[in-house]
Amino acid sequence: MSESNQRAGDRAAVERALKAAGGGIDLERLNRALGARADRDGLIDVAYAMVDSPFGEMLVAGTDRGIIRVAFPHRRGTATRGWDALLGQLADVVSPRILEAPERLDEVRRQLDAYFEGRLRDFSVPLDWRLTKGFQGKAIHQIARIPYGRTISYAELAARAGNPRAFRAVGTACGANPLPPIVPCHRVLPSSGGVGSYGGGPDMKRALLELEGALPPELR
Amino acid sequence: MATLPPFQELLDEHSRDVLGFLVASVGPHEAEDCFQETFIAALRGYPKLEHGDNLRGWLLTIAHRKAIDHHRAGQRAALPSGSAEEVGGGIGASDQRLDSAGDEEIWTMVSVLPPKQRSSVVLRFATDMAYRQIGEMLDCTEEAARRNVHEGLKTLRGELT
Repeated sequence: MSESNQRAGDRAAVERALKAAGGGIDLERLNRALGARADRDGLIDVAYAMVDSPFGEMLVAGTDRGIIRVAFPHRRGTATRGWDALLGQLADVVSPRILEAPERLDEVRRQLDAYFEGRLRDFSVPLDWRLTKGFQGKAIHQIARIPYGRTISYAELAARAGNPRAFRAVGTACGANPLPPIVPCHRVLPSSGGVGSYGGGPDMKRALLELEGALPPELR
Repeated sequence: MATLPPFQELLDEHSRDVLGFLVASVGPHEAEDCFQETFIAALRGYPKLEHGDNLRGWLLTIAHRKAIDHHRAGQRAALPSGSAEEVGGGIGASDQRLDSAGDEEIWTMVSVLPPKQRSSVVLRFATDMAYRQIGEMLDCTEEAARRNVHEGLKTLRGELT
């Protein structure tokens, strides 16, 4: 064997040996232990979890103030790509100390499950409103007051938010709702008929209204 | 404030590398503690970071510090008056054929290399880091990093004894 071949062989042997050394360690287990320690030390500013729902996998995120974001599965493409932008927004608005920490979100996950199964009417988790602002924020707070099983029109919502002529802006506000279905923007309908648009798609909006027994007869 | 990606992204993308580096530096058992210390330290400092460039290098720099702390603690315990250099001088009695040595044997030999050589060899071979970056991390020139790896390999082959 030539000297340079020998050298290359040595390098390969060292590389193989060093890369093999950690082969038996379960990285998942280390990451879980890290998450638990980070939580104990108060180092998770935003915790998030993936949650199964009848409409696909949802993302739920919370801070020390409360639930800050619930997001529906993307209607197009794979879901995970869609979450990146959303988590990036949370990093900018709240803190980049964002970790997947499902155990921090047990309560809201339980309530979402119960809601989707028709066993829960009103959510009782604290909410963090930092992703809402301005007139949209006002509209979103008004949406939060629409009771289970009831619907209002965009025009009515605009009036309640303090500007009856701003029904286009309230439409945008519904689209920007960071907390569906806890903040029930599915209970806002166009007065022109139809269910209107929804972040999780019109079929999901229809299904939620049906679940609540609030789907207007003409839309059945 | 700088735009930094969610920390989970760093964990997803780089934790395997950081673990690999630590295992190669301090061994599989101690690596688990160092791994947690590394990411907890990173998490603590993360929001104060001025930019999000080369986050992998930043994590590995922290891991490298933790590995050094660990080696120092280990030496204090095991070799009150010794230094890594003295230990390192004792390996490789004759010309070694590294490609016929077992993985664990090689790892043990790497673990007792002098610190600069050990770090350079580990960064180069466990994390495939470029010499320029190794230099930045170990606070030396690219050339010195290349030399450290070269010297490390020579030590491993027993050519320096």
